[in-house]
Amino acid sequence: MSTEQSTIDEPMIEVRGLTKRFKNRVAIEDLSFTVGRGQVVGFLGPNGAGKTTTMRILSCYMPATSGVVRVGGCNVHTRPDEVRRQIGYMPENNPLHVEMRVREYLKFRARLKGLGVRRSRDRVDHVTEICGLGDVSSKLIGHLSKGYRQRVGLADALVHEPGLLILDEPTIGLDPHQIRTVRKLIRDLGKEHTVLVSSHILSEIEMTCDHVIIIHHGKILEDDTVEGLRQKMSVERLVVAEIAAPREQLLDFLEHSAEILHFDLQPSDSDYLTCTLTPSAMMDLRPLVFETARENGWQLRELTRSRHSLEDIFLRVTRREEEDGF
Amino acid sequence: MRPFLTLTRRELAGYFVSLTGYLTIAAIQFLVGLGMLLLLEALNGQPFDMPLTEAFYNNLWFFLILLLAPPVVTMRTFAHEKFSGTYETLMTAPVSDTAVVMAKFTGALLFFLSAWAPVMAYPLILRHFAVDLAAVDWGALGGTFIGILLFGSLYTSIGCCMSSITRSQIIAAMNAFVIGLGLFLASYLSHVVAQQPGWEMDVFRHISLIDHMRDFTRGIIDVRQVVFYLSLTVFFLFLTTKSVESRRWR
Repeated sequence: MSTEQSTIDEPMIEVRGLTKRFKNRVAIEDLSFTVGRGQVVGFLGPNGAGKTTTMRILSCYMPATSGVVRVGGCNVHTRPDEVRRQIGYMPENNPLHVEMRVREYLKFRARLKGLGVRRSRDRVDHVTEICGLGDVSSKLIGHLSKGYRQRVGLADALVHEPGLLILDEPTIGLDPHQIRTVRKLIRDLGKEHTVLVSSHILSEIEMTCDHVIIIHHGKILEDDTVEGLRQKMSVERLVVAEIAAPREQLLDFLEHSAEILHFDLQPSDSDYLTCTLTPSAMMDLRPLVFETARENGWQLRELTRSRHSLEDIFLRVTRREEEDGF
Repeated sequence: MRPFLTLTRRELAGYFVSLTGYLTIAAIQFLVGLGMLLLLEALNGQPFDMPLTEAFYNNLWFFLILLLAPPVVTMRTFAHEKFSGTYETLMTAPVSDTAVVMAKFTGALLFFLSAWAPVMAYPLILRHFAVDLAAVDWGALGGTFIGILLFGSLYTSIGCCMSSITRSQIIAAMNAFVIGLGLFLASYLSHVVAQQPGWEMDVFRHISLIDHMRDFTRGIIDVRQVVFYLSLTVFFLFLTTKSVESRRWR
């Protein structure tokens, strides 16, 4: 494959049959996925699932044991330098030279990545502005707060105008306010770049990404859009109702309704009982519950259908994997 | 070439903004000064029959600097980056392993040499105060500096190599010092072990750093010795490159 062929049509990342074995441990096994240009993809998995390993292979830090990885049409094994030029990589924990000043560091990184003097100056100005580093550009990195350091890391990843950003746990160790800033930054960056962001925090992926890859024990369990995953998992949608009714009557209703496969009854405060209902078919139980309550004159103060958060999906998917013999 | 220059500059700057850098320079200057003091006392009013540079090298302080300074200078090259994690950002930038190794080596060597630079003033001082204007032999002086350069290259490459195999600066410095000291002590083999002529004697003479240095301080530049230093330097730099590459084999 020649350079000319790496055009817009190619997916940004193409991974086929990727396996990485360390001495006596398989870190990732037979991963295959593609990431299209302009997508923001969340790479989700518990600690030790193989996220960092995959990202390190993508960024040419270490080679794969087997499998093919192409970034923007370039094979990471045979053309690592071209791949590196296309990637802005921010490793886990965002290591920086603490003894350097922000601007000095960014300039050093820009020059290291092959930018000329003038262009590196322009780019540094640009990323300083995007990442909101204007106020601290002459401060020592070691004196910055973690949130600012994270922004310096992002600025570094962006400085050579890469098509693809790979961010390994970008919000780890930040306080909620800083997390919000960084997330917003990632979302904004997603408008112009392809972004692959790893995390074990599910709500983060849910908020920043439009596509999710769930990885567990080095294998891909799900590869879908956030919405698609939700739909896939919504087969059993639970309904939660809080009803004030005589317990026997309520039990009688719950036990004899064909629509309710399974229920759970918990006393709430005062006279109310919290019922968690599982429908027997793919159906909405809410009208049924409402009608029954009205007919019997029960007080109904809450009636909701639970939407699956990514969290549930994740737990379910990883549990399914474990039940399958892992 | 640009990444190499950028990295070399950054390495050099790293020394000059850190306290360790200035402490190293101060220590080197202190020891060189002590050596100079001994030399001046020896010179004071007495006839002297060897080149000044030879007398200068012929004391403990000179070799103490040559043995101690390179491990201290080079210990941070790779170990510190590995420890702080910046190694990963460095190695994922579009820079070749060779460029990284060469830049770190060049930076460390330039810093080591710059720490020697004030010594250049000594001959001028001597010339100013000496009665005999021929006291300072420029040839011998040049030889001495070439000797320091070659010796420094070799020991810096050893230091880089040792720094590239560990995350701990202390261990890197210790390893480099032990190997450097071993190489240095091997010089005495030609004096101690093989007194009768033979191939052993030839070999030991060839690797005797002390003998080499004596020749350099007399202004004798022997191509065999230059090749000896350069080839060993290249060898250790090669090992360093392999050690940097080794992350791919694991």
